[in-house]
Amino acid sequence: MLKYLIRRLAATALVITLVSMSVFVIFAYLPMDPARLTCGKACTPSIIEANRHRLGLDVPVQVQYGRFVKGLVAGRHYGEGVASFDCPAPAFGYSFNKHACVSTLIADAFPVTFSLAIGSFILWLLIGVSLGVVAAKRQGKWQDKASTAFVLVGISLPTFISGILILLLALKFNLIDPIEMGRWVSPFTDPIGWARNFIFPWITLALAFAATYTRFTRSNVLETSSEDYIRTARAKGLSEKVILRKHTLRAALAPIITIAGLDFAGLLGGAIITENIFNLPGLGRLSIRAVLVDYDLPVILTTTLLAAVFVVVMNLVVDILYAYIDPRVRVA
Amino acid sequence: MSQPFLEVKNLTVSFPTEDGLVRASNDISFTVARGETLAVVGESGSGKSVTSLAVMGLHDRRSAQISGQAILNLESGPIDTISASPDVVRKLRGKSMAMIFQDPMSALHPYYTIGDQISEAWRLYNDGDKKAGIKRATEMLDLVGIPGAAKRVLEYPHQFSGGMRQRVMIAMALVNNPSLLIADEPTTALDVTVQSQILELLKNMQKEFNMAVILITHDLGVVAEVADRVSVMYAGKIVEQAGIDDIYYQPDHPYTIGLLNSIPRVDQLEGRRLIAIPGQPPSLISLPAGCSFRSRCSFSSQVPNNLCATAVPDLDQKISGHFSRCHLTEDQLKKARVSTGAVL
Amino acid sequence: MTEPILKLEGLKKYFESTSGGIFNKKKGIVKAVDGIDLEIMPGQTVGLVGESGCGKTTVGRTVLKLYEPTEGTITFNGQDITHLSAHEMKPIRAQMQMIFQDPYASLNPRHTVGTLIGATFEIQGITPEGGIKQEVERLMERVGLNPEHVNRYPHEFSGGQRQRIGVARAIALKPKLIVADEPVSALDVSIQAQVVNLLDDLQEEFDLSYLFVAHDLSVVQHISDRVVVMYLGKIMEDANKHDLFRAPRHPYTKALLSAVPVPDPKKSRAREKIILQGDLPSPMNPPAGCVFNTRCWKVQEQCRVEVPPLLQIGNVQMGNGHRLACHFPEPA
Repeated sequence: MLKYLIRRLAATALVITLVSMSVFVIFAYLPMDPARLTCGKACTPSIIEANRHRLGLDVPVQVQYGRFVKGLVAGRHYGEGVASFDCPAPAFGYSFNKHACVSTLIADAFPVTFSLAIGSFILWLLIGVSLGVVAAKRQGKWQDKASTAFVLVGISLPTFISGILILLLALKFNLIDPIEMGRWVSPFTDPIGWARNFIFPWITLALAFAATYTRFTRSNVLETSSEDYIRTARAKGLSEKVILRKHTLRAALAPIITIAGLDFAGLLGGAIITENIFNLPGLGRLSIRAVLVDYDLPVILTTTLLAAVFVVVMNLVVDILYAYIDPRVRVA
Repeated sequence: MSQPFLEVKNLTVSFPTEDGLVRASNDISFTVARGETLAVVGESGSGKSVTSLAVMGLHDRRSAQISGQAILNLESGPIDTISASPDVVRKLRGKSMAMIFQDPMSALHPYYTIGDQISEAWRLYNDGDKKAGIKRATEMLDLVGIPGAAKRVLEYPHQFSGGMRQRVMIAMALVNNPSLLIADEPTTALDVTVQSQILELLKNMQKEFNMAVILITHDLGVVAEVADRVSVMYAGKIVEQAGIDDIYYQPDHPYTIGLLNSIPRVDQLEGRRLIAIPGQPPSLISLPAGCSFRSRCSFSSQVPNNLCATAVPDLDQKISGHFSRCHLTEDQLKKARVSTGAVL
Repeated sequence: MTEPILKLEGLKKYFESTSGGIFNKKKGIVKAVDGIDLEIMPGQTVGLVGESGCGKTTVGRTVLKLYEPTEGTITFNGQDITHLSAHEMKPIRAQMQMIFQDPYASLNPRHTVGTLIGATFEIQGITPEGGIKQEVERLMERVGLNPEHVNRYPHEFSGGQRQRIGVARAIALKPKLIVADEPVSALDVSIQAQVVNLLDDLQEEFDLSYLFVAHDLSVVQHISDRVVVMYLGKIMEDANKHDLFRAPRHPYTKALLSAVPVPDPKKSRAREKIILQGDLPSPMNPPAGCVFNTRCWKVQEQCRVEVPPLLQIGNVQMGNGHRLACHFPEPA
């Protein structure tokens, strides 16, 4: 087990390194020139060159990458003279648009995105799994039909519509203060304010995901119910309750871990639409602004990298969890 | 013999489908006593599994229509598992009656250890903590001949071979000392050398626990090896029922005769051509009028007045203890046996 | 002297396997077929028997070049086909056909029976006398199917009928050799006999050779002229069926035969069974010396160290000798 863990961790580290390299190379060869973009209206080639040097883009890409990695470990110094800034480790870069270290921007945005992700994750798992189980156990009955209706609505309604609807309703019934909306409240200082801040974004995101999970759970429970080992459990004389709880659910829910983990990882990279609708200053908003408004290369690079890292790391977590649940995956 | 442990009377199981009512098993009656092995023989769709699942109360009541009786003569008095409440029947399962299945690969839960699964069955009817359950499971594994039981009890199903898994299934079925064991094609998925191990084990266990055993199989070789009595099923009905030797040496139904003639045998080397039964079994949704086997029977023309096409033959006792569902007279059947020759 | 239609010399097929799940990616080599010498004469049926994992199916598939042999040669009709490419195999495939175990899985459900049988001609670019349609109907009639059902789909046929479709396809091009892999084991007893008889008749009619791979010794005994017994990738014994079934010389053959249930209660009671202990060893890690030594009741020290060679015993005749791989055979 330990050996496996070490090997998986090493593999994960390697993947992350490769991902960061490719992200770096892709951005280096984009047809846009950040030095030109930072230079403003009165631009001469010499200013562009000076900017390029200031941004550290005048050296070959492998040197840029080397500096980037070094910055991650040791912190980094950006710019020159008056316009010079220090970012402590881990330094992902410096945003000249926002005049801040990217790490600071991320540190501000990540708790928001994480709060959004974790809350909606729990909510959609609760709703999706319980609706799915009920639908499967009451197959063909009204409970099943109702959950099918829910699934249809949830899947067909895009987040930007459901989100806006929820926002409008919440505003109409004065459940959200439009001025305070989206202001970050730490769950450690004011847990109720935090939850109130996030409840509607949670519902919005959970709605979309819960539908998929309901459908998935229902079909998994039904499939597992027809397994031979469930018949064996019944032949032993176990009650239906125990069969469902101990035998059916464990096998039916195991595959859900895989999707849930990856869905969660995806959300950690930022929920662009939901964050924008509810004015949440999370990673999604940070990166979409960086892409569409500022062309803020260090920010884009960092958020992209982070999103990839989340997926890779969650993958590892999922595999370990799966091995814990399914002994066939473990070593003999 | 004393009172049989299980008495099945006029058991009928049908499944409503969009295409019509599937009469999977039709007016089945038989008995099994403790210490006795009844083999139920038939091809797929003959209703042999459906019948025993009904006895165990394992059909989904929402999709199966069941009538008739399956009476267990317990020490506390008789209980009909067909009419008793689901909860009463559930508490008989695993305790008074147990079942093992064809595919030992899929019949065990992949996520729990063997010990967990056996101990779970034991603790359902016995006071004891998990540790006691595992101890009991180890004893059972030992009993069914799994080497290194103390270690293997902590392993998972995928770490066992097919034969070993079937032993585990047997251990689990027997852990509460049931009076009736239903074995549904227990060796069909196994290799022939492993099959003989398992059959041997079943015989020994039957003696050890003095159980009534119902063995469901399509394999007439397996039947010859373990059964005391045989019920031959065709298209949902019992067509012949008799003691083991009668079935093989005095078969009294054209289907049984046909089956015995159609199987190749290792003990007959003189390149005899197999006598196949022509055609295929009828659909259980639209059973023909009269005898279900008529369209495949080469003797039905001998019965006067087209009786085979109009009247369902009764399961008559022609000789003591030998029942057959056929319009032919004993004389005609004797000729039928002789004319096809190959048996005996 | 007639030449064998199929000749295998030192045939080996190894598979690389990764097993043990994600916690232990141990690579191993499964010696599925480990040095097989075998000849099939024209018009002869050779039965290949053994328990699951003995390599009999792999032999069949390697002969058909569905697997690339690891070592050894396959000579078909005087031609070395061991290393022919798929393209070069095409004309040979017409003379070497197969019948599979599962008639359900081997027929494309979206094609009519006429198309399925007719495709055999189209693939080879052959137009039979009287046209494909007429030939297909003739074939259907020959295998006992109603030619009026030519436009039906596989699911409209019963299991036995589907196997007849498979047989019709196999004989369409008048092949010299048919490799039949468990062709009747999925069928009900009363239907089995129909198909076995059909195979018998076709052999006589077309002077076919069969390589009949099956686990059911009763069926193999019935249909074969010669029977080859395999265990863990190796041939244990090979003899004409009368010799083999009357007086098996290899302890494994003897045990295997004694384990076959006889549908005769009196004989069954009188018979002395040899019940082998334990299971088949893992083909990943076969025992040293004689592969059967872990389950053999006659095992001696020599068996554990020295591999018994497959030797001709008794009266040697072309394709009709008796071969045996055992240090301590049963008396003749």
